[in-house]
Amino acid sequence: MTDTATGGTTRKSLTGTLQLDTRLLGMIGAFVAICLVFHLMTGQRFLTPRNIFTLTIQTASVAIMATGMVFVIVTRHIDLSVGSLLAVCSAVMALVQVWVMPQLLGLGIGHPATAPLAIVAGLVVGTAVGAFNGWLIGYLTIPSFIVTLGGLLVWRNVAWYLTSGQTLGPLDPNFQLFGGINGTIGVTASWVVGALAVAVSLWFMATARQKKAGHGFAVKPLWAEGVMMAIVAGLILGFVAILNAYQVPVARLERIFAARGETLPEGYTEGYGLPISVLVLIAIAVAMTVVARRTRFGRYVFATGGNPEAAALSGINTKLLTVKIFALMGALCALSAVVASARAANHANDIGTLDELRVIAAAVIGGTALSGGVGTIYGAILGALIMQSLQSGMAMVGVESPFQNIVVGSVLVLAVFIDILYRKRSGALK
Amino acid sequence: MTPLVEMRDIALSFGGVKAIDHVSLDLYPGEVVGLLGHNGAGKSTLVKCLSGAYRMDSGQILIDGQPVTITNPRDARAQNIETIYQTLALADNLDAASNLFLGRELVTAAGFVDDDRMEAETRRIMARLNPNFHKFNVPVSALSGGQRQSVAIARAVYFNARILIMDEPTAALGPHETRMVGELIAELKRQNLGIFLISHDIHDVMDLCDRVSVMKNGKLVGTERVTDVTEDDILGMIILGKKP
Ligand SMILES: Nc1ncnc2c1ncn2[C@@H]1O[C@H](COP(=O)(O)OP(=O)(O)O)[C@@H](O)[C@H]1O
Ligand SMILES: [Mg+2]
Repeated sequence: MTDTATGGTTRKSLTGTLQLDTRLLGMIGAFVAICLVFHLMTGQRFLTPRNIFTLTIQTASVAIMATGMVFVIVTRHIDLSVGSLLAVCSAVMALVQVWVMPQLLGLGIGHPATAPLAIVAGLVVGTAVGAFNGWLIGYLTIPSFIVTLGGLLVWRNVAWYLTSGQTLGPLDPNFQLFGGINGTIGVTASWVVGALAVAVSLWFMATARQKKAGHGFAVKPLWAEGVMMAIVAGLILGFVAILNAYQVPVARLERIFAARGETLPEGYTEGYGLPISVLVLIAIAVAMTVVARRTRFGRYVFATGGNPEAAALSGINTKLLTVKIFALMGALCALSAVVASARAANHANDIGTLDELRVIAAAVIGGTALSGGVGTIYGAILGALIMQSLQSGMAMVGVESPFQNIVVGSVLVLAVFIDILYRKRSGALK
Repeated sequence: MTPLVEMRDIALSFGGVKAIDHVSLDLYPGEVVGLLGHNGAGKSTLVKCLSGAYRMDSGQILIDGQPVTITNPRDARAQNIETIYQTLALADNLDAASNLFLGRELVTAAGFVDDDRMEAETRRIMARLNPNFHKFNVPVSALSGGQRQSVAIARAVYFNARILIMDEPTAALGPHETRMVGELIAELKRQNLGIFLISHDIHDVMDLCDRVSVMKNGKLVGTERVTDVTEDDILGMIILGKKP
């Protein structure tokens, strides 16, 4: 109980004053380094609006599931069935689009209710299967590794059975808007979204500061708050600017204008703007972060991960909590299936194959500890982005496919090793 | 006067081991009852039946003379039973405030957890219980044994307990802090709480308690008023398992 006064005596470091997560900074540093190396190796083709646009679209599906995997791993579980569950959700949604709506109900192709109903059906299936997994794990106490290893085989083949192994497509045109390049919101709307995001972020930072000060807690100096706000605003607007800078090819514009019965005006250009799939990912990231940090459910997830016995002794129903966590994971698999199948424009049998490994790797590279209790949503998304950058970068450089996987696998192990060293040094691990 | 707590004929086995073998205990308001016995005597297991951590196989618990069913920690908390577990039962990855309010978080009007208000409340109670405690924004894994123990004590005291279970609350504390816990127990006693105090230190128990119960091999050896017996008598009960 005798501890020396902390703070005030020693001069704080810059990151300390800004209250930045040094681990996050390390990850960002690694990410920037990867990007720069590939940028040089590809003759400056890596950090272009076009490639960054493609990277974000490619990352969305895995990143959406990785946010849920954080909760799963934080509570000391694992979910090896996410790729297969994604396939089941994708199959169900494709069936709704190419069979139930147009044929069974005779509503034809492109009915406005098709996409929403397909998504709801996918969400119901994903949540139900996830909840079932959670029940087997929480109430029947079968280890999650086994339940989801079984699920990996079961659900992959349920998906196969549902579609008789056939590729289903083309998917509904509205549904395809979630796929990336076929569904972007344009330059103006992107700026509006960016400005709103900046306004909301700054408002939250300001009220959080006010609330802390109201309780008489120490807050960071005003200049540090200002710097943080400038960084946040700069990142958001910079991201929008980059995606807006990716221009729709002239040939495509000509086709769009021709379809409207107009001709393309001389010198007319248009940027894609934010893809809807990326907006979905951002919305999920924000929602999951709020859940993790500001809800009882999120608090119980972390408490249970830190000390399951203590959580139970505090009256937390850890069995039901497990069901909820896996149900949430299932729902995220469904949303991920929307993005992935819309991007492919059809449902193929092998959709989501090996995604479980990418998702787990993203969460772990992002700092989620398999020993439980530790992990962040933004870390997992950054982890997914790092993995995708490595993969795409190597493909652009011309590294052969087997070598790509060798590198990605090695990076996973190395990242966890560095994480262990970091935690040892920072005293979080003994 | 009706007892605050009556535990009647409690029994609990783990596999073939009779951890609690038909034990009866009671506790009056404003009273401190000590529980003594060797390691493995069944002290922790017995109080865990009252705190809802374990379900007893048979027996009855009465609060204020009324039979109650306590099948999980929530039931116990609903009866204003608070527990400081021997293991402390802290989530190491969370800070002091999150641990103090675990399972009964303060929330904002919109239903989100209100970390700032919980921290303010935690600072308030810690200022009273352990004025040297300043580490409010780090996971409790970064705290010393004594600091962790004071978080566990604060959690038990904060929620207006009527019945307090303290399972070796001073095990990780130095002499100064142990004395502070002693003062706290005296203060809570004045506020009419009933306290079960499990301890290794016979001397402490004789100082702080009104009655002591001694357990051996899951059985109750006997319960004595501290004014009626000497430390040697109690020691004899612990070692020999017989009343003096
Ligand atoms: N969860 C459990 N599973 C199996 N045996 C247990 C469990 N908890 C306690 N026991 C056993 O019950 C007996 C009493 O233990 P305990 O109540 O911890 O003793 P004390 O607190 O008096 O040292 C011991 O033999 C112990 O091994
Ligand atoms: Mg014990």
